[in-house]
Amino acid sequence: MATKAVSSPMIAGFPAMSAQRLLVFGGVALIAGGMIFGEIFAVFVLHQNGGKTGEALLAATKAVTAQNPEAVKQAFVSIGGLLEDRGTKVDTHVHMTDAGYLALLLALVQSSVALSAPRKRFLAKLFLLGGTLLPIGIFLIHYVGLAYSPFPVIGWASILADSAGALLIVVLTAEVWGLWRHFRGQPEAVASMSHVGTAAAGCPAERSSADPAPTWEERALLGGGTVLVLLGFLYGAWYAGKNLYEQEARERNILSFMLDAAVKTPDLSGQFVNSYGMLAAERAVQIAAHSHIIEFGLLAMLLSFVQRYVFLNAVWKRRWVVLLLLGSLILPVFVWLELKVGLVAGGIADVGGLLVVIALIGMLAGMLRYSGSVDALRGAQP
Amino acid sequence: MSRDRKVLIFGGLALAAFGMFYGLHYALFVEHQTLDQLGGSLATAFVSAAERKLPESRAALDRYAAIRYDYVRQVDVHSHWIGLAMLMIVFGAAFDRVAFSGSIKFWIALALTIGAIVFPLGVILQTVSHGSALASALAILGSGLVIMALAATALGFARQGAPGGA
Repeated sequence: MATKAVSSPMIAGFPAMSAQRLLVFGGVALIAGGMIFGEIFAVFVLHQNGGKTGEALLAATKAVTAQNPEAVKQAFVSIGGLLEDRGTKVDTHVHMTDAGYLALLLALVQSSVALSAPRKRFLAKLFLLGGTLLPIGIFLIHYVGLAYSPFPVIGWASILADSAGALLIVVLTAEVWGLWRHFRGQPEAVASMSHVGTAAAGCPAERSSADPAPTWEERALLGGGTVLVLLGFLYGAWYAGKNLYEQEARERNILSFMLDAAVKTPDLSGQFVNSYGMLAAERAVQIAAHSHIIEFGLLAMLLSFVQRYVFLNAVWKRRWVVLLLLGSLILPVFVWLELKVGLVAGGIADVGGLLVVIALIGMLAGMLRYSGSVDALRGAQP
Repeated sequence: MSRDRKVLIFGGLALAAFGMFYGLHYALFVEHQTLDQLGGSLATAFVSAAERKLPESRAALDRYAAIRYDYVRQVDVHSHWIGLAMLMIVFGAAFDRVAFSGSIKFWIALALTIGAIVFPLGVILQTVSHGSALASALAILGSGLVIMALAATALGFARQGAPGGA
Protein backbone atom coordinates (compact mmCIF):
# COMPACT_ATOMS: atom_id res chain seq x y z
CA MET A 1 0.00 0.00 0.00
CA ALA A 2 1.68 3.15 -1.18
CA THR A 3 1.45 6.30 0.84
CA LYS A 4 1.29 9.99 0.11
CA ALA A 5 3.20 12.87 1.59
CA VAL A 6 1.49 14.52 4.53
CA SER A 7 0.97 18.25 4.18
CA SER A 8 1.61 20.73 6.97
CA PRO A 9 -2.04 21.79 7.47
CA MET A 10 -2.92 18.17 8.01
CA ILE A 11 -0.20 17.87 10.60
CA ALA A 12 -1.60 20.92 12.37
CA GLY A 13 -5.06 19.40 12.20
CA PHE A 14 -4.30 16.11 13.87
CA PRO A 15 -1.76 16.61 16.66
CA ALA A 16 -0.69 13.71 18.83
CA MET A 17 -3.01 13.00 21.78
CA SER A 18 -5.26 15.86 20.70
CA ALA A 19 -8.98 15.74 21.43
CA GLN A 20 -9.66 15.19 17.71
CA ARG A 21 -7.38 12.21 17.46
CA LEU A 22 -8.70 10.66 20.69
CA LEU A 23 -12.29 11.09 19.52
CA VAL A 24 -11.67 9.80 15.98
CA PHE A 25 -9.78 6.70 17.10
CA GLY A 26 -12.04 6.11 20.10
CA GLY A 27 -15.16 6.65 18.00
CA VAL A 28 -14.17 4.22 15.25
CA ALA A 29 -13.05 1.68 17.88
CA LEU A 30 -16.39 1.99 19.72
CA ILE A 31 -18.33 1.55 16.48
CA ALA A 32 -16.24 -1.47 15.46
CA GLY A 33 -16.56 -2.92 18.99
CA GLY A 34 -20.31 -2.38 19.01
CA MET A 35 -20.67 -4.04 15.62
CA ILE A 36 -18.55 -7.03 16.58
CA PHE A 37 -20.66 -7.39 19.72
CA GLY A 38 -23.79 -7.20 17.55
CA GLU A 39 -22.47 -9.94 15.25
CA ILE A 40 -21.68 -12.22 18.21
CA PHE A 41 -25.12 -11.54 19.65
CA ALA A 42 -26.88 -12.26 16.34
CA VAL A 43 -25.03 -15.53 15.80
CA PHE A 44 -24.83 -16.97 19.31
CA VAL A 45 -27.62 -15.43 21.39
CA LEU A 46 -30.55 -14.03 19.40
CA HIS A 47 -32.15 -17.18 17.95
CA GLN A 48 -31.36 -19.34 20.96
CA ASN A 49 -32.94 -16.75 23.24
CA GLY A 50 -36.07 -16.62 21.04
CA GLY A 51 -36.37 -20.40 21.17
CA LYS A 52 -36.10 -20.48 24.97
CA THR A 53 -38.67 -17.68 25.28
CA GLY A 54 -41.09 -19.69 23.13
CA GLU A 55 -40.55 -22.76 25.32
CA ALA A 56 -41.21 -20.75 28.47
CA LEU A 57 -44.39 -19.29 26.98
CA LEU A 58 -45.56 -22.77 26.03
CA ALA A 59 -44.87 -23.89 29.61
CA ALA A 60 -47.00 -20.97 30.83
CA THR A 61 -49.94 -22.00 28.61
CA LYS A 62 -49.63 -25.60 29.82
CA ALA A 63 -49.69 -24.33 33.40
CA VAL A 64 -52.87 -22.36 32.57
CA THR A 65 -54.43 -25.56 31.22
CA ALA A 66 -53.38 -27.43 34.38
CA GLN A 67 -54.84 -24.59 36.51
CA ASN A 68 -51.49 -24.14 38.21
CA PRO A 69 -50.91 -20.40 38.93
CA GLU A 70 -47.59 -21.03 40.67
CA ALA A 71 -46.16 -22.71 37.57
CA VAL A 72 -47.42 -19.76 35.48
CA LYS A 73 -45.52 -17.38 37.73
CA GLN A 74 -42.36 -19.48 37.44
CA ALA A 75 -42.67 -19.48 33.66
CA PHE A 76 -43.00 -15.70 33.64
CA VAL A 77 -39.99 -15.26 35.87
CA SER A 78 -38.11 -17.27 33.27
CA ILE A 79 -39.55 -15.20 30.38
CA GLY A 80 -38.67 -11.97 32.20
CA GLY A 81 -35.08 -13.13 32.61
CA LEU A 82 -34.82 -14.09 28.94
CA LEU A 83 -36.28 -10.79 27.76
CA GLU A 84 -33.93 -8.85 30.03
CA ASP A 85 -31.00 -10.91 28.72
CA ARG A 86 -31.94 -10.12 25.12
CA GLY A 87 -32.89 -6.48 25.75
CA THR A 88 -29.70 -5.56 27.58
CA LYS A 89 -27.55 -7.13 24.86
CA VAL A 90 -29.40 -5.22 22.13
CA ASP A 91 -29.00 -2.03 24.17
CA THR A 92 -25.27 -2.74 24.69
CA HIS A 93 -24.81 -3.01 20.92
CA VAL A 94 -26.86 0.11 20.19
CA HIS A 95 -25.33 2.32 22.87
CA MET A 96 -21.73 1.33 22.06
CA THR A 97 -22.13 2.13 18.34
CA ASP A 98 -24.10 5.31 19.04
CA ALA A 99 -21.43 6.52 21.48
CA GLY A 100 -18.93 5.94 18.67
CA TYR A 101 -21.02 8.03 16.28
CA LEU A 102 -21.22 10.84 18.82
CA ALA A 103 -17.45 10.68 19.37
CA LEU A 104 -16.87 11.12 15.63
CA LEU A 105 -19.35 13.99 15.56
CA LEU A 106 -17.55 15.72 18.42
CA ALA A 107 -14.22 15.22 16.65
CA LEU A 108 -15.61 17.09 13.67
CA VAL A 109 -16.51 20.22 15.67
CA GLN A 110 -13.47 20.31 17.99
CA SER A 111 -11.82 23.25 16.22
CA SER A 112 -14.90 25.36 16.94
CA VAL A 113 -14.98 24.52 20.63
CA ALA A 114 -13.53 27.57 22.39
CA LEU A 115 -11.86 25.75 25.27
CA SER A 116 -8.19 25.19 26.03
CA ALA A 117 -6.50 22.17 24.47
CA PRO A 118 -5.97 20.36 27.82
CA ARG A 119 -9.64 20.91 28.71
CA LYS A 120 -10.78 19.59 25.34
CA ARG A 121 -8.50 16.59 25.76
CA PHE A 122 -9.93 15.99 29.24
CA LEU A 123 -13.48 16.20 27.87
CA ALA A 124 -12.61 13.77 25.07
CA LYS A 125 -11.22 11.27 27.60
CA LEU A 126 -14.31 11.69 29.77
CA PHE A 127 -16.54 11.11 26.75
CA LEU A 128 -14.70 7.94 25.77
CA LEU A 129 -14.83 6.75 29.38
CA GLY A 130 -18.58 7.33 29.49
CA GLY A 131 -19.04 5.77 26.04
CA THR A 132 -17.19 2.65 27.21
CA LEU A 133 -18.76 2.35 30.67
CA LEU A 134 -22.32 2.90 29.45
CA PRO A 135 -22.52 -0.29 27.33
CA ILE A 136 -20.55 -2.24 29.95
CA GLY A 137 -23.06 -1.17 32.62
CA ILE A 138 -25.98 -2.10 30.39
CA PHE A 139 -24.43 -5.48 29.59
CA LEU A 140 -23.97 -6.24 33.31
CA ILE A 141 -27.56 -5.38 34.29
CA HIS A 142 -28.76 -8.91 33.53
CA TYR A 143 -25.92 -10.56 35.45
CA VAL A 144 -25.66 -8.24 38.48
CA GLY A 145 -29.38 -7.77 39.02
CA LEU A 146 -30.27 -6.22 42.35
CA ALA A 147 -27.36 -7.75 44.29
CA TYR A 148 -26.30 -5.46 47.18
CA SER A 149 -28.39 -2.63 45.73
CA PRO A 150 -29.88 -0.09 48.14
CA PHE A 151 -32.74 0.56 45.69
CA PRO A 152 -35.81 -1.63 45.12
CA VAL A 153 -35.69 -1.78 41.30
CA ILE A 154 -32.31 -0.29 40.22
CA GLY A 155 -29.17 -2.42 40.57
CA TRP A 156 -25.50 -1.40 40.64
CA ALA A 157 -25.05 -2.12 36.94
CA SER A 158 -27.94 0.23 36.15
CA ILE A 159 -26.34 2.83 38.40
CA LEU A 160 -23.08 2.43 36.48
CA ALA A 161 -24.89 2.75 33.13
CA ASP A 162 -26.93 5.76 34.26
CA SER A 163 -23.82 7.47 35.70
CA ALA A 164 -21.97 6.89 32.42
CA GLY A 165 -24.95 8.33 30.54
CA ALA A 166 -24.90 11.37 32.83
CA LEU A 167 -21.16 11.75 32.13
CA LEU A 168 -21.88 11.84 28.39
CA ILE A 169 -24.50 14.52 28.97
CA VAL A 170 -22.04 16.60 31.03
CA VAL A 171 -19.41 16.36 28.29
CA LEU A 172 -21.92 17.21 25.58
CA THR A 173 -23.11 20.20 27.58
CA ALA A 174 -19.52 21.41 28.03
CA GLU A 175 -18.88 21.01 24.29
CA VAL A 176 -22.00 23.04 23.50
CA TRP A 177 -20.77 25.66 25.96
CA GLY A 178 -17.44 25.72 24.12
CA LEU A 179 -19.19 26.11 20.79
CA TRP A 180 -21.32 28.90 22.22
CA ARG A 181 -18.20 30.72 23.45
CA HIS A 182 -16.60 30.31 20.05
CA PHE A 183 -19.49 31.87 18.18
CA ARG A 184 -20.24 34.57 20.73
CA GLY A 185 -16.72 35.69 21.54
CA GLN A 186 -14.93 35.30 18.24
CA PRO A 187 -17.31 36.09 15.40
CA GLU A 188 -14.40 36.71 13.06
CA ALA A 189 -13.19 33.20 13.76
CA VAL A 190 -16.42 31.68 12.54
CA ALA A 191 -15.15 31.71 9.01
CA SER A 192 -12.16 29.73 10.08
CA MET A 193 -14.14 26.94 11.63
CA SER A 194 -12.86 23.64 10.45
CA HIS A 195 -14.33 22.32 7.28
CA VAL A 196 -14.72 18.80 8.41
CA GLY A 197 -14.41 17.35 4.98
CA THR A 198 -10.96 18.83 4.77
CA ALA A 199 -9.62 18.27 8.24
CA ALA A 200 -10.88 18.12 11.75
CA ALA A 201 -9.08 21.26 12.73
CA GLY A 202 -7.21 24.17 11.41
CA CYS A 203 -8.80 24.30 7.99
CA PRO A 204 -11.39 26.70 6.59
CA ALA A 205 -15.03 26.06 7.39
CA GLU A 206 -16.57 27.46 4.24
CA ARG A 207 -15.60 25.93 0.98
CA SER A 208 -13.25 28.15 -0.93
CA SER A 209 -11.11 27.83 -4.00
CA ALA A 210 -8.25 26.88 -1.67
CA ASP A 211 -10.13 23.78 -0.51
CA PRO A 212 -9.22 20.60 -2.28
CA ALA A 213 -12.14 19.14 -4.21
CA PRO A 214 -13.93 16.30 -2.46
CA THR A 215 -12.39 12.98 -3.36
CA TRP A 216 -14.29 10.07 -4.91
CA GLU A 217 -14.30 8.28 -1.53
CA GLU A 218 -15.74 11.30 0.27
CA ARG A 219 -18.48 11.82 -2.31
CA ALA A 220 -19.36 8.12 -2.42
CA LEU A 221 -19.65 7.91 1.36
CA LEU A 222 -21.57 11.17 1.74
CA GLY A 223 -23.97 10.53 -1.14
CA GLY A 224 -24.31 6.81 -0.44
CA GLY A 225 -24.86 7.47 3.26
CA THR A 226 -27.60 10.03 2.58
CA VAL A 227 -29.37 7.61 0.24
CA LEU A 228 -29.16 4.85 2.86
CA VAL A 229 -30.67 7.13 5.52
CA LEU A 230 -33.40 8.21 3.10
CA LEU A 231 -34.22 4.57 2.29
CA GLY A 232 -34.33 3.81 6.01
CA PHE A 233 -36.76 6.64 6.68
CA LEU A 234 -39.00 5.70 3.76
CA TYR A 235 -39.07 2.11 5.02
CA GLY A 236 -39.74 3.33 8.59
CA ALA A 237 -42.67 5.44 7.40
CA TRP A 238 -44.05 2.48 5.45
CA TYR A 239 -43.60 0.23 8.51
CA ALA A 240 -45.32 2.70 10.86
CA GLY A 241 -48.23 3.14 8.46
CA LYS A 242 -48.73 -0.45 7.41
CA ASN A 243 -47.41 -2.71 10.18
CA LEU A 244 -47.07 -0.98 13.56
CA TYR A 245 -50.74 -0.79 14.55
CA GLU A 246 -51.62 -4.05 12.80
CA GLN A 247 -48.90 -5.89 14.72
CA GLU A 248 -49.99 -4.37 18.03
CA ALA A 249 -53.57 -5.49 17.41
CA ARG A 250 -52.38 -8.91 16.24
CA GLU A 251 -50.29 -9.38 19.39
CA ARG A 252 -53.31 -8.61 21.57
CA ASN A 253 -55.46 -11.08 19.58
CA ILE A 254 -52.89 -13.88 19.57
CA LEU A 255 -52.44 -13.62 23.36
CA SER A 256 -56.20 -13.64 23.83
CA PHE A 257 -56.63 -16.70 21.57
CA MET A 258 -53.69 -18.38 23.32
CA LEU A 259 -55.34 -18.03 26.73
CA ASP A 260 -58.74 -19.11 25.40
CA ALA A 261 -57.13 -22.15 23.84
CA ALA A 262 -55.22 -22.97 27.05
CA VAL A 263 -58.53 -22.96 28.93
CA LYS A 264 -60.85 -24.57 26.37
CA THR A 265 -58.83 -26.33 23.64
CA PRO A 266 -55.32 -27.03 24.98
CA ASP A 267 -54.23 -28.78 21.78
CA LEU A 268 -54.33 -25.46 19.94
CA SER A 269 -52.13 -23.59 22.44
CA GLY A 270 -48.90 -24.58 20.69
CA GLN A 271 -50.10 -23.05 17.42
CA PHE A 272 -50.74 -19.71 19.06
CA VAL A 273 -47.37 -19.79 20.83
CA ASN A 274 -45.79 -20.34 17.40
CA SER A 275 -47.81 -17.46 15.94
CA TYR A 276 -46.64 -15.25 18.80
CA GLY A 277 -43.02 -16.23 18.15
CA MET A 278 -43.41 -15.51 14.44
CA LEU A 279 -44.89 -12.10 15.21
CA ALA A 280 -42.00 -11.27 17.52
CA ALA A 281 -39.52 -12.32 14.84
CA GLU A 282 -41.39 -10.35 12.15
CA ARG A 283 -41.36 -7.25 14.30
CA ALA A 284 -37.67 -7.69 15.23
CA VAL A 285 -36.39 -8.07 11.65
CA GLN A 286 -38.47 -5.16 10.35
CA ILE A 287 -37.25 -2.81 13.08
CA ALA A 288 -33.67 -4.08 12.73
CA ALA A 289 -33.74 -3.44 8.96
CA HIS A 290 -35.01 0.11 9.56
CA SER A 291 -32.50 0.99 12.28
CA HIS A 292 -29.47 -0.66 10.67
CA ILE A 293 -29.84 0.97 7.26
CA ILE A 294 -30.10 4.40 8.92
CA GLU A 295 -27.17 3.76 11.25
CA PHE A 296 -24.99 2.58 8.40
CA GLY A 297 -25.99 5.64 6.40
CA LEU A 298 -24.88 7.87 9.27
CA LEU A 299 -21.68 5.88 9.64
CA ALA A 300 -20.89 6.26 5.94
CA MET A 301 -21.41 10.02 6.15
CA LEU A 302 -19.25 10.32 9.27
CA LEU A 303 -16.48 8.30 7.67
CA SER A 304 -16.52 10.59 4.63
CA PHE A 305 -15.14 13.31 6.91
CA VAL A 306 -12.12 11.34 8.03
CA GLN A 307 -11.12 9.89 4.66
CA ARG A 308 -8.20 12.28 4.39
CA TYR A 309 -6.78 10.78 7.54
CA VAL A 310 -6.82 7.31 5.96
CA PHE A 311 -3.20 6.95 4.91
CA LEU A 312 -3.62 4.36 2.18
CA ASN A 313 -3.39 4.58 -1.57
CA ALA A 314 -6.49 5.41 -3.61
CA VAL A 315 -7.17 1.80 -4.64
CA TRP A 316 -7.28 0.52 -1.06
CA LYS A 317 -9.30 3.48 0.14
CA ARG A 318 -11.87 2.80 -2.58
CA ARG A 319 -11.96 -0.88 -1.70
CA TRP A 320 -12.81 -0.11 1.92
CA VAL A 321 -15.47 2.42 0.85
CA VAL A 322 -17.10 -0.02 -1.58
CA LEU A 323 -16.94 -2.81 1.01
CA LEU A 324 -18.54 -0.58 3.64
CA LEU A 325 -21.38 0.57 1.39
CA LEU A 326 -21.95 -2.97 0.11
CA GLY A 327 -22.13 -4.37 3.64
CA SER A 328 -24.34 -1.47 4.71
CA LEU A 329 -26.88 -2.46 2.07
CA ILE A 330 -26.55 -6.25 2.37
CA LEU A 331 -27.11 -6.41 6.14
CA PRO A 332 -30.48 -4.61 6.40
CA VAL A 333 -31.86 -6.06 3.15
CA PHE A 334 -31.06 -9.64 4.14
CA VAL A 335 -32.17 -9.11 7.75
CA TRP A 336 -35.51 -8.06 6.25
CA LEU A 337 -35.53 -11.13 3.99
CA GLU A 338 -34.80 -13.49 6.88
CA LEU A 339 -38.44 -14.35 7.50
CA LYS A 340 -39.15 -14.92 3.82
CA VAL A 341 -35.98 -16.77 2.81
CA GLY A 342 -34.94 -18.31 6.12
CA LEU A 343 -31.65 -18.70 7.93
CA VAL A 344 -29.63 -18.43 4.68
CA ALA A 345 -30.66 -14.77 4.52
CA GLY A 346 -29.65 -14.40 8.16
CA GLY A 347 -26.22 -15.80 7.33
CA ILE A 348 -25.83 -13.42 4.39
CA ALA A 349 -26.85 -10.53 6.66
CA ASP A 350 -24.13 -11.55 9.12
CA VAL A 351 -21.62 -11.55 6.24
CA GLY A 352 -22.82 -8.02 5.38
CA GLY A 353 -22.11 -6.93 8.96
CA LEU A 354 -18.70 -8.54 8.77
CA LEU A 355 -17.91 -6.59 5.58
CA VAL A 356 -18.69 -3.35 7.42
CA VAL A 357 -16.48 -4.36 10.36
CA ILE A 358 -13.61 -5.30 8.01
CA ALA A 359 -13.93 -1.98 6.15
CA LEU A 360 -13.96 -0.09 9.45
CA ILE A 361 -10.85 -1.86 10.68
CA GLY A 362 -9.17 -1.24 7.31
CA MET A 363 -9.91 2.48 7.59
CA LEU A 364 -8.79 2.55 11.22
CA ALA A 365 -5.50 0.94 10.19
CA GLY A 366 -5.09 3.66 7.56
CA MET A 367 -5.73 6.34 10.18
CA LEU A 368 -3.17 4.81 12.51
CA ARG A 369 -0.63 4.87 9.66
CA TYR A 370 -1.54 8.52 9.05
CA SER A 371 -1.07 9.56 12.66
CA GLY A 372 2.17 7.60 12.86
CA SER A 373 3.57 9.39 9.82
CA VAL A 374 2.38 12.77 11.15
CA ASP A 375 4.11 12.14 14.47
CA ALA A 376 7.27 10.99 12.70
CA LEU A 377 7.31 14.15 10.56
CA ARG A 378 6.71 16.34 13.58
CA GLY A 379 9.53 14.61 15.41
CA ALA A 380 11.83 15.22 12.46
CA GLN A 381 11.00 18.94 12.32
CA PRO A 382 13.31 21.30 14.23
CA MET B 1 -20.77 29.95 8.98
CA SER B 2 -23.91 29.97 6.86
CA ARG B 3 -27.41 30.15 8.40
CA ASP B 4 -28.32 26.64 7.29
CA ARG B 5 -25.25 25.13 8.96
CA LYS B 6 -25.90 27.08 12.18
CA VAL B 7 -29.48 25.82 12.28
CA LEU B 8 -28.37 22.23 11.73
CA ILE B 9 -25.39 22.16 14.09
CA PHE B 10 -26.90 24.09 17.01
CA GLY B 11 -30.34 22.55 16.50
CA GLY B 12 -28.74 19.11 16.37
CA LEU B 13 -26.63 19.63 19.49
CA ALA B 14 -29.60 20.98 21.43
CA LEU B 15 -31.82 18.13 20.27
CA ALA B 16 -29.15 15.53 21.13
CA ALA B 17 -28.78 16.96 24.64
CA PHE B 18 -32.55 17.08 25.07
CA GLY B 19 -32.91 13.50 23.79
CA MET B 20 -30.25 12.34 26.26
CA PHE B 21 -31.92 14.13 29.17
CA TYR B 22 -35.18 12.53 28.17
CA GLY B 23 -33.45 9.12 28.00
CA LEU B 24 -31.80 9.59 31.40
CA HIS B 25 -35.04 10.71 32.99
CA TYR B 26 -36.86 7.79 31.36
CA ALA B 27 -34.24 5.24 32.46
CA LEU B 28 -34.20 6.53 36.06
CA PHE B 29 -37.86 7.21 36.75
CA VAL B 30 -40.03 5.46 34.18
CA GLU B 31 -38.50 2.48 32.39
CA HIS B 32 -38.03 0.03 35.27
CA GLN B 33 -41.51 0.70 36.58
CA THR B 34 -43.00 0.39 33.08
CA LEU B 35 -41.22 -2.91 32.47
CA ASP B 36 -42.45 -4.21 35.81
CA GLN B 37 -46.02 -3.24 34.92
CA LEU B 38 -45.63 -4.73 31.45
CA GLY B 39 -44.43 -8.11 32.71
CA GLY B 40 -46.79 -7.99 35.69
CA SER B 41 -49.91 -7.41 33.60
CA LEU B 42 -49.08 -10.22 31.17
CA ALA B 43 -48.30 -12.60 34.04
CA THR B 44 -51.57 -11.57 35.74
CA ALA B 45 -53.48 -12.37 32.53
CA PHE B 46 -52.04 -15.90 32.53
CA VAL B 47 -52.40 -16.42 36.29
CA SER B 48 -56.03 -15.25 36.16
CA ALA B 49 -56.67 -17.62 33.27
CA ALA B 50 -55.12 -20.46 35.29
CA GLU B 51 -57.51 -19.56 38.11
CA ARG B 52 -60.34 -19.49 35.52
CA LYS B 53 -61.03 -15.81 36.21
CA LEU B 54 -61.45 -14.94 32.55
CA PRO B 55 -62.80 -11.36 32.88
CA GLU B 56 -59.79 -10.45 35.06
CA SER B 57 -57.53 -12.18 32.57
CA ARG B 58 -58.92 -10.12 29.67
CA ALA B 59 -58.64 -6.89 31.68
CA ALA B 60 -54.99 -7.64 32.46
CA LEU B 61 -54.37 -8.38 28.78
CA ASP B 62 -55.90 -5.03 27.82
CA ARG B 63 -53.68 -3.35 30.40
CA TYR B 64 -50.65 -5.13 28.94
CA ALA B 65 -51.53 -3.94 25.41
CA ALA B 66 -51.93 -0.34 26.63
CA ILE B 67 -48.64 -0.33 28.55
CA ARG B 68 -46.81 -1.90 25.61
CA TYR B 69 -48.28 0.73 23.27
CA ASP B 70 -46.79 3.44 25.50
CA TYR B 71 -43.48 1.66 26.07
CA VAL B 72 -42.74 1.18 22.36
CA ARG B 73 -43.36 4.84 21.64
CA GLN B 74 -41.45 6.13 24.68
CA VAL B 75 -38.35 4.18 23.65
CA ASP B 76 -38.78 5.16 19.98
CA VAL B 77 -38.91 8.84 20.88
CA HIS B 78 -35.56 8.65 22.69
CA SER B 79 -33.80 6.89 19.82
CA HIS B 80 -35.41 9.01 17.09
CA TRP B 81 -34.60 12.35 18.74
CA ILE B 82 -30.95 11.42 19.22
CA GLY B 83 -30.66 9.75 15.81
CA LEU B 84 -32.15 12.74 14.03
CA ALA B 85 -29.94 15.09 16.06
CA MET B 86 -26.84 13.24 14.91
CA LEU B 87 -28.06 13.38 11.34
CA MET B 88 -28.54 17.15 11.64
CA ILE B 89 -25.01 17.65 13.01
CA VAL B 90 -23.52 15.52 10.23
CA PHE B 91 -25.44 17.44 7.60
CA GLY B 92 -24.43 20.69 9.28
CA ALA B 93 -20.82 19.72 8.80
CA ALA B 94 -21.28 18.88 5.12
CA PHE B 95 -24.03 21.23 3.99
CA ASP B 96 -21.65 23.35 1.93
CA ARG B 97 -21.55 20.44 -0.46
CA VAL B 98 -25.28 20.61 -1.14
CA ALA B 99 -25.47 22.26 -4.55
CA PHE B 100 -28.43 24.59 -4.04
CA SER B 101 -28.71 28.33 -3.40
CA GLY B 102 -28.32 29.63 0.15
CA SER B 103 -32.03 30.25 0.66
CA ILE B 104 -33.05 26.78 -0.55
CA LYS B 105 -30.45 25.21 1.73
CA PHE B 106 -31.79 27.26 4.63
CA TRP B 107 -35.34 26.01 4.01
CA ILE B 108 -34.11 22.42 3.73
CA ALA B 109 -32.25 22.82 7.05
CA LEU B 110 -35.31 24.39 8.67
CA ALA B 111 -37.59 21.62 7.39
CA LEU B 112 -35.23 18.96 8.72
CA THR B 113 -35.00 20.70 12.11
CA ILE B 114 -38.76 21.15 12.47
CA GLY B 115 -39.36 17.58 11.30
CA ALA B 116 -36.76 16.21 13.72
CA ILE B 117 -38.52 17.93 16.64
CA VAL B 118 -42.14 17.44 15.61
CA PHE B 119 -42.00 13.80 14.43
CA PRO B 120 -40.95 12.26 17.79
CA LEU B 121 -43.12 14.82 19.62
CA GLY B 122 -46.16 13.52 17.74
CA VAL B 123 -45.14 9.96 18.62
CA ILE B 124 -44.84 10.72 22.35
CA LEU B 125 -48.13 12.64 22.34
CA GLN B 126 -49.80 9.44 21.14
CA THR B 127 -49.12 8.02 24.60
CA VAL B 128 -51.00 10.89 26.26
CA SER B 129 -54.15 10.10 24.34
CA HIS B 130 -54.19 6.78 22.49
CA GLY B 131 -55.42 7.22 18.93
CA SER B 132 -55.18 11.02 19.07
CA ALA B 133 -55.60 12.40 15.54
CA LEU B 134 -53.56 15.51 16.36
CA ALA B 135 -50.62 13.45 17.65
CA SER B 136 -50.70 11.19 14.59
CA ALA B 137 -50.95 14.21 12.29
CA LEU B 138 -47.89 15.77 13.97
CA ALA B 139 -45.93 12.52 13.61
CA ILE B 140 -46.88 12.21 9.93
CA LEU B 141 -46.12 15.88 9.25
CA GLY B 142 -42.76 15.62 11.02
CA SER B 143 -41.69 12.44 9.26
CA GLY B 144 -42.84 13.91 5.93
CA LEU B 145 -40.68 16.97 6.50
CA VAL B 146 -37.67 14.79 7.41
CA ILE B 147 -38.11 12.63 4.30
CA MET B 148 -38.50 15.62 1.99
CA ALA B 149 -35.44 17.32 3.51
CA LEU B 150 -33.43 14.10 3.16
CA ALA B 151 -34.47 13.68 -0.48
CA ALA B 152 -33.56 17.29 -1.23
CA THR B 153 -30.19 16.89 0.51
CA ALA B 154 -29.44 13.71 -1.42
CA LEU B 155 -30.32 15.55 -4.63
CA GLY B 156 -28.05 18.43 -3.60
CA PHE B 157 -25.14 16.07 -2.98
CA ALA B 158 -25.78 14.39 -6.34
CA ARG B 159 -25.85 17.76 -8.14
CA GLN B 160 -22.50 18.61 -6.64
CA GLY B 161 -20.92 15.62 -8.33
CA ALA B 162 -22.69 16.26 -11.65
CA PRO B 163 -21.19 18.37 -14.44
CA GLY B 164 -22.21 21.96 -13.83
CA GLY B 165 -22.95 21.26 -10.19
CA ALA B 166 -21.53 23.38 -7.41
